[in-house]
Amino acid sequence: MNAPVLPGPLKDNPSLARWVAFPAPGQVAINTGRVEIGQGVLTAMVQIAADELDVAMTRIAIRSGSTAVTPNEGYTAGSQSIQFGGVAMRQACADVRALFLAQAAKVLACPVNELSIRDGSILRKGASTGQDYWTLAGAVDLNVDAGGSGARKPIAELESIGTSSARLDLPAKIFGDAIFIHDMRLPGMQHARVVRQPNRGATIGSVDERAILRVAKAPVAFVRQGNFLAILGDDETAVDLAAVAADSHVKWQNVETPTAIQQEANWLLQRPAVDRVFGAEPADAKGRERFERTYSRGYLAHASISPSCGLAHYDNGHLTVWTHCQGVFPLRAALVKTLGLEASAITVHHVQGSGCYGHNGSDDAAADAAIVAMQLPGKPIRVRWRREEEFIYEPKTPAMIVKVHALLDEAGKPTDWTQEIWSPTHNQRPGAGGNLLGALALPHPPPEPPPNDVPESNGGGATRNAEPLYDIAAKRHIHHLVTETPVRTSALRGLGAMPNVFALECCIDELAERAGVYPVAYRLAITADQRARAVIEKVAAMANWQAGEPGGAGRGRGIAFARYKNRAAYAACVVELDVDEEIRLRHVWCATDAGLVINPDGVINQLEGGIIQSASWVLKEQVRFDNSVALGHASFDWETYPVLKFSEVPEIDIELINTKDEVPLGVGEVTAGPTAAAIGNAVSHALGTRIRDLPLTRERIMASLLKE
Amino acid sequence: MTQKFEFTVNGKPVGVDLDNEETPLLNVLRNNLGLMGTRFGCGLEQCGCCTVLIDGRPEKCCAKPVWSVAGKSVVTIEGIGTPERPHPLQQAFIDEQAGQCGYCLSGIVVSAKALLDNNPAPTRAEIAQALDDNICRCGSHNRILRAVEKAAAQLRGGQQ
Repeated sequence: MNAPVLPGPLKDNPSLARWVAFPAPGQVAINTGRVEIGQGVLTAMVQIAADELDVAMTRIAIRSGSTAVTPNEGYTAGSQSIQFGGVAMRQACADVRALFLAQAAKVLACPVNELSIRDGSILRKGASTGQDYWTLAGAVDLNVDAGGSGARKPIAELESIGTSSARLDLPAKIFGDAIFIHDMRLPGMQHARVVRQPNRGATIGSVDERAILRVAKAPVAFVRQGNFLAILGDDETAVDLAAVAADSHVKWQNVETPTAIQQEANWLLQRPAVDRVFGAEPADAKGRERFERTYSRGYLAHASISPSCGLAHYDNGHLTVWTHCQGVFPLRAALVKTLGLEASAITVHHVQGSGCYGHNGSDDAAADAAIVAMQLPGKPIRVRWRREEEFIYEPKTPAMIVKVHALLDEAGKPTDWTQEIWSPTHNQRPGAGGNLLGALALPHPPPEPPPNDVPESNGGGATRNAEPLYDIAAKRHIHHLVTETPVRTSALRGLGAMPNVFALECCIDELAERAGVYPVAYRLAITADQRARAVIEKVAAMANWQAGEPGGAGRGRGIAFARYKNRAAYAACVVELDVDEEIRLRHVWCATDAGLVINPDGVINQLEGGIIQSASWVLKEQVRFDNSVALGHASFDWETYPVLKFSEVPEIDIELINTKDEVPLGVGEVTAGPTAAAIGNAVSHALGTRIRDLPLTRERIMASLLKE
Repeated sequence: MTQKFEFTVNGKPVGVDLDNEETPLLNVLRNNLGLMGTRFGCGLEQCGCCTVLIDGRPEKCCAKPVWSVAGKSVVTIEGIGTPERPHPLQQAFIDEQAGQCGYCLSGIVVSAKALLDNNPAPTRAEIAQALDDNICRCGSHNRILRAVEKAAAQLRGGQQ
């Protein structure tokens, strides 16, 4: 018999002691490398452990994201925490349970199959034995590698998994507890702000310290290393005032300012790029009708509700860092490169921050604190970015151009599909090579990383969901990885999936209209995948979708579908909206198949969040540049980068199907593409004319109406 | 020159000695009084994370100088309710699982409290309008609206 295949994270961190411990009678400790970024993952992990260990959730304490204690699971990203991290936790707990049952059988001199566990107590033929995890713990060594042979419970026997447990972290947030990293205060701590280097290569010309001190109204100190300059002190108000004053009193040289023309996706078309082609050879186009459409989206900000924050303390040769980033181990690796310390001399702990939707400023803020702390041994340093700093310096998600070239058969169905993409990279995470903002300002900055994007094996970056799931004889995509960009770009929720699904699902609607077939029927006619058909049919039923609803009178409905990364969860959305000069969303229906669901309400919460955030991107969001404003960044606060408000949010109905499948799939990113495309299709239905460029601003709506 | 600023926070009189009378109330709450529930979001009075009640009115305090609240009554999220004695709003937020990252929730609960104090039976549209000054980036809006409706009904005496 072959050895069982271990889930990836368990293979990478095989020691069971890294996952589970029984620290005191009645208590269970579990460790996960995944971190809470607002998605409820820790609650789901506790549910998983409760089921596979057979203990009550209340006995379980969970630790997450610490280089000192938890497994190294890389980044909490890509909707993979449950699909991989959760499955690893499940198997680790199943293995632990099996070890304890074997030990109990030895102690009780009985066959294992007579034993079971109820809330941590060992039962023999259903009767108490006086043994439990804690009486046996001394004799069971968990410092052994997982074998993967512990039997996971059959789906039908799961009790905790599949129930809507209340989020464990929410009460503290509703009562205002000091649980965010921003709330951490260490004895002797100094508040610090960084005077940001405007761009790689910019140098400090002059610093008028006296002018800054006058504004601060209380003592502040300066720490400088090369072009890295920080201001710090005991009084946060004084440090803030000084940081604002530094905008005027620190002069920079070699400043590069982005311009308005660079904010548009079209600017990417003539830039230097690395070109790659994926997929089938083009079919013979002879006698086939050719159909081409081009879609685009601008740069987006993560716009986390709180600016990034990081703390660091360098003491006795050891650096401790607290961060709300997505990967404590990759951050540690980047800090090793930046600071010249050994990995063993750095500990990085995750502490919760505000909602994180990808690579924001959190790693950089942690590095800022670390750089300052290294200059001031013994003093804990807290860096909190300013709001404007977060908007200007967080990595943006790239603008993208997506051009679809299709060949059609006599019935107007696609037989050959090419999706051609122009996009900067979706990955400049710090682990990829010491790419931290603070490091770029130090005397020996790291070299520019070579052009790269998320590999296809990880779902691709700009190419994510570039290939339709539909039954089309030949499919390929061409990726122009644009290497010259006005701003740093990196990962945001779904990476390229949103623009790609927007393009291909809008194009499918255009093809359906051209063929004279209604959108649902057209999709079903080119979809054999049963799970795809199921979500499309389900959402159509939920929305009471009627073939041939009249459009063009200001109210419209649109549908769209995607399977995230073409290998994760399925989602279909129907959007109903009104358009006059602006768009008012009325209702969104969504059907999702994410396989085994750990926490149904948690999944629905994530899907709702994905829908609302995507709606905000589509209706309102684009990072704007203007070289007449300071540093060229015209989006620097919530007025210059507005997001969807309470009064603008639609009603949302969500249904989950196939929830008892064996494999769980992540959901944080699955609705972004279908929501965007369904809005695009609904606007076209409402107006009778199509807008192919995002965001769908008032200006674009008016221009489109005038064109008619 | 150090000055003493006196006001009440959650019903208790406080006095803080400060050199800078322009110190934002938010910094005083968090750094001088150790009340971390009121969050910093922007420092620009735009996002609502720092909303507190000042003499019963919802106000953003991230740029509100401490001198301007001298003699006034400030209520923060810590003064709305506790895990042992949750305000109906807080209980409703838990019941509806109204939140994702939760960073915006302190300000939202305080804004909702101010609304219900003045309008015990708001419509969904009135609740949304009252919360339009509070940004939620995770997309928990509908849950939050449901929670406020539920709390309003609870406060009216359980009528739906």
